[in-house]
This record gives sequence, C-alpha cells and structure tokens, in this order.
Amino acid sequence: MTYLLQQALNALQLGSIYALIALGYTMVYGILTMINFAHGDLFMVGAFLCFVAATYLKLSFVPSLLLSMAGVALLGVVIEKWAYKPLRQAPRVSAIITALGVGIFLENFTLALCPYPKHIPPLIAHEMWSFGGVSISSLQILIILLSILLMILLDFIVRRTMVGMAMRAISWDKTIVPLMGVPVDRVISITFAIGTSLGGAAGVMYGLAYPVIDPYMGIMVGWKAFISAVVGGIGNIRGAMIGGFILGGVEILVAAFLPSTYRDFVAFAFLLVLLIFRPYGILGKPHPQKV
Amino acid sequence: MKKSCFLFVALMFLGFMVTGCGGGGGNTIRIGVIAELTGDVPAVGASCKNAAEMAVKEINDAGGLQLGDKKYKVELFIEDNAGKADQSASAAQKLITQQKVLAIIGPNASRYAIPASEIAESSRVALISPWSTTPKTTLDAKSGAPKKYVFRACFIDPFQGRVVAKFTLDNLNLKKAAVLYDVASEYNKGIAEFFKETYEKNGGKVVAFETYTTNDKDFSAQLTKIKRARPEVIFLPNYYSEVPLQIQQAKRLGISVPFIGSDSWGSEEMVKLCGTDCEGYYFSTHYAADAATPVTIKFIDSYKARYGATPDDVAALTYDSFGLLFQAIRSAGKMDRQAVRDALARIPKYEGVTGLMQFQEGSGDPIKSAVILKIKDGKFVWFANANP
Repeated sequence: MTYLLQQALNALQLGSIYALIALGYTMVYGILTMINFAHGDLFMVGAFLCFVAATYLKLSFVPSLLLSMAGVALLGVVIEKWAYKPLRQAPRVSAIITALGVGIFLENFTLALCPYPKHIPPLIAHEMWSFGGVSISSLQILIILLSILLMILLDFIVRRTMVGMAMRAISWDKTIVPLMGVPVDRVISITFAIGTSLGGAAGVMYGLAYPVIDPYMGIMVGWKAFISAVVGGIGNIRGAMIGGFILGGVEILVAAFLPSTYRDFVAFAFLLVLLIFRPYGILGKPHPQKV
Repeated sequence: MKKSCFLFVALMFLGFMVTGCGGGGGNTIRIGVIAELTGDVPAVGASCKNAAEMAVKEINDAGGLQLGDKKYKVELFIEDNAGKADQSASAAQKLITQQKVLAIIGPNASRYAIPASEIAESSRVALISPWSTTPKTTLDAKSGAPKKYVFRACFIDPFQGRVVAKFTLDNLNLKKAAVLYDVASEYNKGIAEFFKETYEKNGGKVVAFETYTTNDKDFSAQLTKIKRARPEVIFLPNYYSEVPLQIQQAKRLGISVPFIGSDSWGSEEMVKLCGTDCEGYYFSTHYAADAATPVTIKFIDSYKARYGATPDDVAALTYDSFGLLFQAIRSAGKMDRQAVRDALARIPKYEGVTGLMQFQEGSGDPIKSAVILKIKDGKFVWFANANP
C-alpha cells in the first residue's frame, strides 16, 4: 500500500509537468489550429533561463520563476510575430515545418552557447516528511501545488475574462470574429504569451526536480506533452490537464510493475488504443466538416 | 547555368581527390581522433581532444617522429561524433578515406567505439579506443574472435565488474545490492551484468536489477521499486551526466544507503553536477591523479599548465593511446597502415601514465590494474588498488 501511494505521488509529480506543457500545445492549437512543435524547446529555454537567474543573478525561487516565465513568454510572442504570422494563410504543413525549424534553431542556439549539461542549484529548501513509509519532499509538494494553481488560474482567465472570451471566440470562428471588432493579432499574441509562459514554468519545475539540464531535454518531454494534449483532446484546456496526468500515471505504473524497459512501449500502446476508441481524445468533440 | 553548376561540382570532386592523394606519402604523419565533443558526454570528448593535442604538440616540439633517417611532424585530424553511433561510423569513414590517416584514436564511450571499430576493422586501419571498456569493442560481432585492427588503452568490464563487486563485499562489507543501469547503452549493460555475476558468486545478493533508457530523467518509479527491496548499497554504472540525477532523486525518495560507481563517474563534471550529494561514495577507475608515479606526475603537471585542470581518466588514457601509437609508428619505421598495425600488435608491454599495460598475443586488450577512488570534499581521492 505504501508502495502504491509512493508511486502515485511520483505519477502526480511527473503528470503535473506534462500537463503544464500540454496546455501550451493545446492553447495554440485551439486558436490557430497549428501545432507549435517548438514548444518543447521553449520549455528547455525556460529551464536554462532559470539556470541563468539562479546561478549568475543569484535570484531566489520566485523571481527566477517569474523571470523564466516572462522570458519564455517574450520569446514565444517574438517567434509568433516573425516566424508563424507570415505563414498564417500558407498551407498548414509550412507552418508545422517552420515550427520544427524554430525548435531545432533553439536547440542548437542553446548548444552553441553552453555545450555542457548544466546544474541548477537547489532553489528551495530540501525538506522531507515521512508518513508511514511514504516519503514526500518539499519539492514534490511545490511542483504539484504550483502546477495545479497555474492550471486553475488559466482556467479562470479563459472562462471568466474578456481576453479569454476573445480566445474562445477566435477558436470558434476565425472569419466572423474580427468583423465584431476583436483584435485578432493581439489575442493571438496573448495566447502565445500565456501558453509559452506555462511551458517556461514547467521548465523551471522540471529543472528543479531533475537538476541536470541540457539543450536536448525538451525533445522527448515535448513529444510526451504533445501526446498528452492529443489524448485529452487537442484544443481542449481541461483535456490537456487530464491527458498529462494520465500519461504520467501510465508511465510510472508500467515502470512500477513491469520491467522498466517496457515503459514507453506500453505507455504508447495504451495511448494508441485509447485513440482508436476516442479519436478526438477524452474531452475532444468531433468537428464535422461542413460542405 | 546548369553547366557552370556541374563544373563547380566536378571541380570540388577534383579538389577532394587532389588533397586526398596528398596524404599517403606526404611530409606529415596523419593521425585521426574521433571524440564526443558534443552530445550527451561532452566532457569526455573535451578531455580526449585536450590530451590528444598535448601529446601531438609534445612530439612535434621534439622535432617529430623519427622514421628511417628523417623526422616527420604529426598532424592531427579531430572529428566530432556528436554523441551518436552513426556519426561515429561516418567519422571513421571520413578519416580513413578523405583524410587518409595512418591510424585512429577514439571514440571513447563503448556505444560509439563499437560502430567506429567495425569501420576500422573492415578498412584495415588500426584504431585505439582510450576509454571503451566493453569486451565487444575488440571482438568480432559474428565470430567472437578478436578484431585484428582494434586496440584499447584501458582494462575491460569483466575485470572492472569483478573489482567493484569484490570491493563492495570485502571492503564495504555490504551483502545486499541493487543495480540501476541504462539498458540501451553497451557499457552500462555489460558492467551491470558482470557485477551481478561476481557479486552473487561471492555470497552477495542482488535484490533489485532495474533498468532505464538513455536520456531518461525521471527514475522515481525504478527507485521506489529499489527502495522497497531494501538494499544495503546501490550500484550505478552510468555516465557522469545521469548519476547525479539518480542520486538526488533517490535521496528525495528517502533512500539513505551508499552508492558505488564505475569508471564512467570519473569526470570533474560529475562533482559539479552533484554538488554535495555524492560525497563519500566510491568508484573504480583507471588511475588516481593524487597517487602518481613520476611519469604520471610529469603528465599531470604539463596538462594542468596547459588547460588549468586536473586530467581525468579519459585524458590520461588518450595520452597513453598516443604513446602506444607513437611507439608502434617508430618501430614500424614507415608510414604504412598495415605495418603500424603489426607493430602495435607486437608491443608486449607499455609503461603509461595510467600504469603498466601488458598485451597478450592476438588480443587488443591490455591487462592492467584498477584503482578505487573516493569522492571527498568535491575531489577524487585514491582509496585502494585492485590488481588483475
């Protein structure tokens, strides 16, 4: 029992990071119907900004987190302006290739700046509590609570504010909404800023939990978050959260009960089967093409 | 337009051929190095490159290598394998066919040394891997017979696994061990199995034998499993960039038993990435910088003067690989790939900075001793010797 609880806690920690990154994919998809494949690398940039903030600027946890989120948000907006906006009317494939290109650029740019893996210093005091054999660390609690807090905040923005309403309107219909006076470009910029800043926050937390960071760390994590978004129903914000926790849970469960080599293979097989029965994801709704 | 383009390509080819042809009987001895300059273990590549440049500079400052009645300068060609198996093979191919090198040093990590060694073997060019400890590097994949053109400057993993297992049982007196290793990497997998074999044969018990794959960052599920098995010690035969993560996550899960490691720990980067989390742990490796013979001290001092850092085991082994190769070229007396290979195979023993190496007839694996180091105050400190 304690073993299961411990593994559940591990799953919650991993899942909340996947969920945070998945949100960025799903928000951009929701508003532009494009997949921002550079998102995993923006997550990596978030971790590196945290490293710079903590090591060179000697900032504590909260300022480092805010700096990373702001930096990544700015980068996200700039990328959208320069790389994606000119292609908004181009075929979808061009935009996806551009996103892949931006991602590879970010990886190699970071690699050129620091070829060695870096170590993020422990920004929060390391405390450990044990409840009947189940160990909980302060870091675990921080990651889980902070992720949930950010998700609640995002849910509030999207559902209760004017900007959120504009986002939902644009994702509903891109041709009519501008005629109603909604500043489409600005709303898209804000969406990118919020989505990528969550990726940056995930980068910081990932960097704290797994403190050795390198320029390629975003690739696999990015893929897994993208898959979480699809499983949850891409374009659906609550779906992305659920998808992240499901993927984290499956990965930990497989490693816990089967030889750990089976982890990715069983996890992805499970997701494939899930998609066969629910092709639009868990919370996704089919959008029939009107002819 | 099309015509000029064709002309350009044709000229380029011609250029390659001219420069290519110049190599064979030229005025310099061309030696190739394949190193992990980028990718997942860049510190290994950097040490290898540093030591290679130092070894070549020393020989050139002395006028070069004496072949017959003339001295030839040594020219170095360094290729990056980017931490990839396929690029290791293509780097070997490039060095052999385009740069026309006489022999190759590197790659270091076994998972890159094996593909490169296949190319060297089939092209009949001698290759010395400084740091690859997996037996497979010098063995033919199909027949299991030793490769003719592949050598190394380090001991092999059956020996290292035995050293670590014996040390854990006899010196640390810990009888229940858990192992966590990268199943996708030749080196890690090999040594984990050799450790398990000797450990269980000598009265120890491996209570958990857990795996992960290269580039994983989250080990919480495996470590929780290990924690449940209640080991007294955890063996982590993994590369320096991953070990700190494993130790830190284990501590966060409430695991308080000691860890032990193998020669893949021996980079200064390891201590940097670990902080204070690796204090007091032991690992086996090739040489100890603080308990050195006069030859070794001279090497360490000139390396420190050049690069401002203590040479790690990769640097020392690369330097020894060059020493071996220079001796072979001298005794071959000519710039001929086959003659250099034959001379290498004839070297009975070599006193290098990492100790005495003894070669057996028909095998590219030296017999040499290992040392156990302890991590103390962020430094590697000599603890014990282990003889073959």
